[in-house]
Amino acid sequence: MLPLLQEAAAAAHAAGPHPLAGSAAELLWLVPLLPLLGFVINGLLSVAAAFHRGPRDPSAAHVNGHGDKAAVAHAHDADHEAGHDEEPHAVHPHRFAGITSFVGPAVLIAAFIVSATIFIAMLGVGEMHQPFIQRYFSWIPVGDLQIDAAFQLDQLSMMMTLVVTGVGALIHLFSVGYMRKDPGYPRYFAYLNLFVFFMLLLVLGANYPLLFVGWEGVGLCSYLLIGFWFSDKANADAGKKAFIVNRIGDFGFLIAIFMMFANFGAVDFAGVREAAASIPMGGVVVTGICLFLFLGCVGKSAQIPLYVWLPDAMAGPTPVSALIHAATMVTAGVYLVARSSMLFSLAPVAQIVVVMIGAVTAVFAATIGLKQWDIKKVLAYSTVSQLGYMFIGVGSGAYVAGLFHLVTHAFFKALLFLGSGSVIYAMHEAYHHTHSHDDAQDMRNMGGLRPYMRRTFWLMWIATLAIAGIPFFSGFFSKDEILGAVYERAQGSTIAHASLFGISGASWLYVAWLLGLAAAFMTAIYMTRMMIYTFHGPNRTGEKERQHLREAPWIMTGPLVVLGVLSAFGGWLNIPEFAEFLGPVGNLDHWLEPVVGQATAMVTAGGAHLAPTIEYELVGVAVGLALVGMVLAWAVLKPKALVPKREAPQEEGIQRVLLDKYYVDEIYDQTIVQPVVSVSRGLLWRGIDVGLIDGLGVNGSAYLAKFVGFIGSQVQSGKLGTYAWILTIGVLAVLSAFSLR
Amino acid sequence: MLAEALFFSAVLFVIGVVGVLIRRNAIIVFMCVELMLNAVNLTFIAFAQRYGGRMTGQVFVFFVMTVAAAEAAVGLAIIIALFRHRHTVNLQNINVLKG
Repeated sequence: MLPLLQEAAAAAHAAGPHPLAGSAAELLWLVPLLPLLGFVINGLLSVAAAFHRGPRDPSAAHVNGHGDKAAVAHAHDADHEAGHDEEPHAVHPHRFAGITSFVGPAVLIAAFIVSATIFIAMLGVGEMHQPFIQRYFSWIPVGDLQIDAAFQLDQLSMMMTLVVTGVGALIHLFSVGYMRKDPGYPRYFAYLNLFVFFMLLLVLGANYPLLFVGWEGVGLCSYLLIGFWFSDKANADAGKKAFIVNRIGDFGFLIAIFMMFANFGAVDFAGVREAAASIPMGGVVVTGICLFLFLGCVGKSAQIPLYVWLPDAMAGPTPVSALIHAATMVTAGVYLVARSSMLFSLAPVAQIVVVMIGAVTAVFAATIGLKQWDIKKVLAYSTVSQLGYMFIGVGSGAYVAGLFHLVTHAFFKALLFLGSGSVIYAMHEAYHHTHSHDDAQDMRNMGGLRPYMRRTFWLMWIATLAIAGIPFFSGFFSKDEILGAVYERAQGSTIAHASLFGISGASWLYVAWLLGLAAAFMTAIYMTRMMIYTFHGPNRTGEKERQHLREAPWIMTGPLVVLGVLSAFGGWLNIPEFAEFLGPVGNLDHWLEPVVGQATAMVTAGGAHLAPTIEYELVGVAVGLALVGMVLAWAVLKPKALVPKREAPQEEGIQRVLLDKYYVDEIYDQTIVQPVVSVSRGLLWRGIDVGLIDGLGVNGSAYLAKFVGFIGSQVQSGKLGTYAWILTIGVLAVLSAFSLR
Repeated sequence: MLAEALFFSAVLFVIGVVGVLIRRNAIIVFMCVELMLNAVNLTFIAFAQRYGGRMTGQVFVFFVMTVAAAEAAVGLAIIIALFRHRHTVNLQNINVLKG
């Protein structure tokens, strides 16, 4: 039914049919439809189960089985309370768990196969300079504004689709093992499938409004999954926080779309690209559009000042953190900047802002990550920090570098999160057997897990080396490409010639480069610290618990192995020139050239390419810092001397500040949340709603009518004399009115 | 001639109005209403005579007298019924028109 209208748009641009017409790319509509199908099936299973007897969904069994546990959790450190009830613990699996275990991952694997087929078809076509656009129907036809429901297949959306379906399929498989015993199992997969559908809508949509629909949809699924165990109020609150903070960014995104329509008359990618060709460099309008777009990115991709929701989002199940809050959704902002590359390349001032926000976020989040105890919180702040890296890349016009880091980060961060999920799973199983109520996510309670879970141990070390930027793991290539690009652009580019707050763009970029190096240094430290606390040193789980520690099943570690291979060798996607001995150089550069090549060239116009010697020096500095960081972490922490949480000393001074995340949440609470709440309560609710609208408006008009009626009723005395008087006076009044006229 | 007739009829009419407004006895009020009707009749006659040649004014007077006779019959019947019911024709004591 769908591919009926497709040829029109594609044919409108290029003379003759698009090279992909008639190929496997015609199946594009199937890619998002498969997860949607999974959502429908799993959703129906979830709803249908409500009409049967058995463990009911809303974590009922969770509470029943562990009624005592929830009470104990409240006595724990408030920091860890949210994560404490993390693990699924129903005694009986859901009655439809079998069907869900098949449908949930199967639709994703099928979607991945379809997108891989399309990818092969694209490779067969060779150079493709126009996007392949499939139009389905006219979605919003209003006067001059014509918005189609259309998908756009080009090199960028293909890359994103492969990442989303590929990493998504692996995480779905992992979830089968991780969530199988949860009473809300089909609901979980329904949400997860729906998320993938919206994410594909986001990356495949051919215009900004459709992208926005996907953007909001993934936000919704994120909210639903963060609050998946909503019977615990802390989890529900974390979901709400994510949703509300994201609204601030979405407001910016919407304004940007409105401005595009007002100034360009188009909101589809092709139209905006055309319009961008004729606007001058550094215009106010294009800068404004870019800044508002970036506000959307700041919300979705958790940058300063809107990053606060992402660490709290760890309240959701761990595979959710891997898929949504590390690999895909949070990188949507990076995708959006790359998608709007033609606009950003025209607005150097906006680019400086993007780079600086990214750089400051990278360092800021990394410092917090240094002192977190919850294993998922470390990874959450690491994600915020790495997202900052991606924005340094796309902000400085090195779109390919930013997207490259997006891909490699999806690999190694998904691996890290799933690995931590595997660790938490083992810890929880052990605590479950011994009925212990210690915090299964606190790294101080772990330690020495290496002999118990060898596969997870080795795979997580691969991911750690990748994120730390050790050659030749994937993160090394992408991170150094970003740092190199910033350095190069600081020496000569449109950004270097622009200025913000009277400081030249070149200085800003050098500062960003230094901050990036600092973040890389701290990344190495906190990742090594996390590994030491988790896997090295003596085991701190306790005597009895130790007996029950064992590796997670293959359904969970299998995807980890695949991600491990990708994390190790993902860098081969885009080998830099200085490492040409490894294989063909710059595959990703060539692949994305038709999409971002022009925009990249605009930024680098007039700048010189870095000499190989300088590049070697830059790489040497970055790698040296990473190695020093790792060694430093090892030297300072002394794995042998670590103690469990209950024996650990209180943090003092700067450590306390880092542990408490610079008190940013408290500051936001005092300066924004509390005033808003008190204004809402005092003025808006009691004053305007109850007082003005209810009091004066609704009840007031009723009282007025009643009063007037009472006055009028007094006239009806029943006395003829009075009536006669009134009649006479009325007649006289009418007569005098006539005669006076 | 017209001016005198109109003046006289106006005086009659005002006497009738004042009677209706200030008297309490229903029968006297009723008679005052008749007085007003007759004041109007006088006006009709006067105008008819002044703009002579047409019968309209005179004919209307006959209509009014007919209606007044019927009204007198009905009105007196109501007053009698009222008196039987209430044992008074003082309008101040009668307020049954209140809803």
